[in-house]
Amino acid sequence: MIDLKFPYSEEEIRKLKVGDMVNITGTLLTGRDAVHKRLHEGTEPPIPLEGHIIYHCGPVVLERAKGKYEVMAAGPTTSIREEPYQWEVMRDHGIRGVIGKGGMGQKTLEGCQKYGCVYFHAIGGAAQVLAEKIESVEDVYWQDLGSPEAIWKLKVIEFPVVVTMDANGGSLHKNVQAQSEEALKKLI
Amino acid sequence: MAKKKAAKKKVAKKKVAKKKVAKKKVAKKKVAKKKVAKGQDTSKNLYDAVLELIRVTSTVIPDDVQKVVLETLEREEKNTTAEYAMNIIKANIELAKKKSQPICQDTGTILFYISHPIGIDQGKFTKVIEKAVVKATKLGYLRQNSVHSLTGKNDSLNIGLGHPSVHFHQHKKKSIEIKLMLKGGGCENVGAQYALPNTDLKAGRDLDGVRKVILDAIVKAQGKGCGPGVLGVTIGGDRGSGYLASKEELLRTLDDKSNIPELAELEEEIVTTANKLGIGPMGFGGKTTLLGCKIGHQNRLPASFFVSVSYMCWAFRRQGVILKENQQISKWLY
Repeated sequence: MIDLKFPYSEEEIRKLKVGDMVNITGTLLTGRDAVHKRLHEGTEPPIPLEGHIIYHCGPVVLERAKGKYEVMAAGPTTSIREEPYQWEVMRDHGIRGVIGKGGMGQKTLEGCQKYGCVYFHAIGGAAQVLAEKIESVEDVYWQDLGSPEAIWKLKVIEFPVVVTMDANGGSLHKNVQAQSEEALKKLI
Repeated sequence: MAKKKAAKKKVAKKKVAKKKVAKKKVAKKKVAKKKVAKGQDTSKNLYDAVLELIRVTSTVIPDDVQKVVLETLEREEKNTTAEYAMNIIKANIELAKKKSQPICQDTGTILFYISHPIGIDQGKFTKVIEKAVVKATKLGYLRQNSVHSLTGKNDSLNIGLGHPSVHFHQHKKKSIEIKLMLKGGGCENVGAQYALPNTDLKAGRDLDGVRKVILDAIVKAQGKGCGPGVLGVTIGGDRGSGYLASKEELLRTLDDKSNIPELAELEEEIVTTANKLGIGPMGFGGKTTLLGCKIGHQNRLPASFFVSVSYMCWAFRRQGVILKENQQISKWLY
């Protein structure tokens, strides 16, 4: 198990490889479909994204008092929908990592290599185990996109993920896909 | 004119059996009183029942699914990412139940299946369901999950055109049965529909062709639908009815076998073969890719041969209740 702490350095990120189990402590920023679309269209992010990890997640959040939020459930959403935009966010905003589920494609993999980034896989559907690792909601931006699509700034402790795409061109998803396609040919 | 005739008939009937009518009237009055009382109570009872159904569906995995998930955990090799994934899944199931909070943050499309006797007011029933959905969202059992497709607006209520998705079905029983399925977007997105024959897959218009396209759908889904998953499949129908029926296949428990021998065999064979593909939990690689497969059929046109596949994630949220006459919950179905 590797401990990764905020601020995340490019050097540390580049050392990670496919299969590494990592616990992240520090800040995560959620960002999913609408956020990526808006960034792609040229809107400046509400806070600098440099050095951050973007979490593909649309949490269930309750507002307990004005501006006081509690995360009720927060697992990853499917990442592949951000495939057209993710490399661009890496290039233009200097993020260090992405957390999601299901893996991403070739463009993102190349982006990881070029800009020093990794793809962390969280366990899809495990919204309670992951929400337990969120200590607090520090801020929220772009709420006009609706609660699941807003940018939630989360403080996490030992948030469990697996590296499935690294900065050296390694991709577990590419391998599993190739192997399963090969297996399918034999089985049908 | 018609009214007058009816009035005359009533008078005539009254004259024929005065005694009986008198007795019946008393009886009817009692019944009527009861009914009024029911009328006031039942919509509140129904609201409470639906709210509780939503809470349980969102936070507790049905027994049949949990049993199979735990079995697969035993199967995965130790110290692999597959085992790691299954361990987190197990912990998550326990934690969600304990905290009474959503198993998965994507509380999905809200699919209600209501079987009812003749005479139910579907409009009123739907209104009560909508009220319960709004409340469940405010309580955090459901995510604010309903987005206007043209404006992109999410008004946070979770109701709107097509939301929730309520399906009524009339049955001969006296009681009302409500089933609920919460189907997340990740698994919904990997659903697939094939028109046979399919040249690329060498899939013809027969059960072997059906088998080939189902396996193709599994490989295409990889880990994106939050596997290990469960498939609901419909052979035949049109594009709309096929998908609709494929979701209803998911209402069957995992240990249920088709009563059509060929389909029962195919259901089992798909699971065995899928688990040889090596996709594994979350697409990490591993021994368990599929937890179950349920296949049904509908008639088709001579020109069409659709195979519709709905994928359900491991976070399989399905529950159901039978209501008492006063619309309180009398029995849980899963």
